[in-house]
Amino acid sequence: MIIDLQRFITEERPCWDELDAILSRLGKDPAARLSLEQVERLHYLYQRVSAGLAKLTTFASEPELRRYLESLVARAYGEIHETRRRARRFALHRWFLADLPQSFRRHLRAFLLAVAVTFGGALFGGGAVAWDPGAKAVLLPFSHLQGDPAERVQQEEEEGAARHLDGRKASFASYLMTHNTRVSFFSLALGMSWGVGTLVLLFYNGVILGAVGVDYLAAGQARFLFGWLLPHGAVEIPAFLIAGQAGLVLAGALVGWGRRFTLRQRLRAVAGDVVNLAAGAALLLVWAGFVESFLSQYHEPVVPYAAKIGVGVVELFLLAAFLWKSGAGATPAVAQGKEDRP
Amino acid sequence: MNPATSPTPPPPIQNHQSPIQNSPAPRSPLRPAVVELRTPEGILFTLEPAGPMARLLALLIDYAAVSVILQTLNIVLLMAKIIHADFARGLAIWLQFAAPIAYSLACEWFWRGQTFGKRLFRLRVLDARGLRLQFTQVVIRNLLRPLDLLPLFYLTGGLTAWLSPKGQRLGDFAAGTMVIREPVLFQPDLDQVSPGRFNSLRAHPHLAARLRQQVSPELAATALQALLRREGLDPAARVRLFAELAAVFRAKVALPEADLAGLPDEQLVRNVVDVLYRPRPDRDAPA
Repeated sequence: MIIDLQRFITEERPCWDELDAILSRLGKDPAARLSLEQVERLHYLYQRVSAGLAKLTTFASEPELRRYLESLVARAYGEIHETRRRARRFALHRWFLADLPQSFRRHLRAFLLAVAVTFGGALFGGGAVAWDPGAKAVLLPFSHLQGDPAERVQQEEEEGAARHLDGRKASFASYLMTHNTRVSFFSLALGMSWGVGTLVLLFYNGVILGAVGVDYLAAGQARFLFGWLLPHGAVEIPAFLIAGQAGLVLAGALVGWGRRFTLRQRLRAVAGDVVNLAAGAALLLVWAGFVESFLSQYHEPVVPYAAKIGVGVVELFLLAAFLWKSGAGATPAVAQGKEDRP
Repeated sequence: MNPATSPTPPPPIQNHQSPIQNSPAPRSPLRPAVVELRTPEGILFTLEPAGPMARLLALLIDYAAVSVILQTLNIVLLMAKIIHADFARGLAIWLQFAAPIAYSLACEWFWRGQTFGKRLFRLRVLDARGLRLQFTQVVIRNLLRPLDLLPLFYLTGGLTAWLSPKGQRLGDFAAGTMVIREPVLFQPDLDQVSPGRFNSLRAHPHLAARLRQQVSPELAATALQALLRREGLDPAARVRLFAELAAVFRAKVALPEADLAGLPDEQLVRNVVDVLYRPRPDRDAPA
C-alpha cells in the first residue's frame, strides 16, 4: 500500500503547524509554563504527529517529509518526556543564599578532600623550604617572592602610600579576578581527568602556599605575612578549594564507585551542583581580587597589620558561617525537582 | 512533565550508519554515525551528529563574532578612558575574559543550542537523550572548553569527538549534550511531479489499480525521488535513470502502447508516480 501523500499532507498539516507553534513558543521562553489543557493538546498533537511519522515510515518513503516530521517529533519528545522541571526564573538572592551553600554542603566530603590535598601540598612545600631554603627558587615561580622576606617587608613599608599600584588598582584587580577565575575553572575542568589533574593543581597550590608561609615565618615576618595574605586569602583560598571541590564532584561522578547508576545519570545528577560551585568560586574570586588590589597591597604604616588581619578573620568567619548555615531551612533545588537526580 | 508523575525511562539510543533508505551516501570516517532515538511510543527518530569540519568552521565564525563584539566595546571603552583610564583598562581585561563565555552561554541558552556560527552551519547543541537542553548543560559544556582546547587547537576535544559515537567533546560528554546537524526542513512539492499535465494513464483505471497493486513502496519512492531530484542530475544519467525506471514499470504492468506511443520515459514515470501518489477515485473510476 502506498500512502496518498497529497491527502496526507493536506489533512495533517494543520496539526504539524500547531505543534510547531507550541514548540516554538516553549523554545523562545525557557521559563514558559503550559496550562493543563495546553499540555493535553501538546500531548495529543505529539501522538498524532508520531502516528503520522510511523505511517509515513511504513507506507511511503519520502525522506524530506520524514525528516520534517522526525524533527517535530524530536522537539516534542524533548518537551513531553522531560523529567526535570522547567527552569525557574533565575533569582540571584535565592541562588546565593540557598542554592550555592546547599550545593557546597551536599558535597562536603569533596571539599574536605580538596582541603586535605592542599594541606598536604602546604606541608610538602613548607617542609621543602624549611629543610632546603634553596628549594624556594624551584617552588616559587614569582620573582617578588624569591628575595629575602625581611628586605621585601622593609621596602614595602617604606614605600607607604606611594605604592607601585597607584593609578592601576582597578586593572590589577581585574587581572587578579580573571586570572584566578581562569585557574579555578581549569581546576574544575580537570575533574574530567578522573580528578587527577584537579588533585595535582590543588597540591601545587598548597606547595606554593606552604613554601611562602614557611619562608616568611622563618624570617620572623609573621605579622606581615598574615596582614598581607589574610584579607584576600581568606576568600581566595576557599574559592580555589571550592573550584577544586567542583572538579572532584565531577570526578566522583565519572568514577562512580559503589553507585548503581549509569555514568550519564551520575553526571546529570551533579551538573547543577558543579555549576553552582563554579559560579560561587568565581563570585568569591571577584571579591578577593578587589581586596587584594585595594587593601592587601597596603601595609603599615598606611594600614595597621592588626586591622588587615582582623578583616581577614572576619571574612573567613562570615564565609564559613554562610557556607555552613545559609539556606539550611530552604527546600533544596533537588527536592523541588529542579535538578535531575538518579 | 513532572518527574514525580511521569517517570519515563530514557529511550534506548542506537547508532546506525544510516537509517534513511534513500540516502545511502557513504559516510566519511571523520563523521560520526547517525544516532537513533526510540521514544517510549515506539517512534524512531534520528539525530545526525555534526562533523568536525562544520564544527570548526562554526567555531571560527563565533571567534569572529566575539572579536567584532570586543572591537565594538573597545570603542566605548576608549570614551571611558577619558573619564577614568584605570577603570577602563580594568573593564577591558574583564571583557576579554567574559565576552567569549557570555557569548556562548547567552547564545546557546536563548537560541536553544545555537550560536551565530552554529546557525550559519545549521548546527545545534542538543541534550544527548533528545530531551530539552538545560541551562546547567550549557554552562558545563562551556566550562570544560579550556580542557578541550588542550594542548592546542582543540586537539583534546577533536580527538574525543572523533572517538565518540555521538561526536561529543569532553564538555559535551560531561554535560550530556551533543552537537547535531539540522536537516533542511521543507515539505515536498508534489505539484512538480505532475504540474497539471494530462495523464494518459488516468484514462485506464484498471491500469492505475494494477500499478498500485504491483509497485512496491520502495520502487514508488525511488521514482518519486528521481522526479524530485531530476534537475540535479547529469543529462545523460537522467535519461538513463528514467529509461530504467520506465522499463521496470513496463515490465510490471502491460501498458497500452497505442496511448503511450511517443511518450518520453520521464513523462511515463511522472504519470506513474502521479497515479501512485495522487489517487483520484472520482477521476480513475470508469465513466
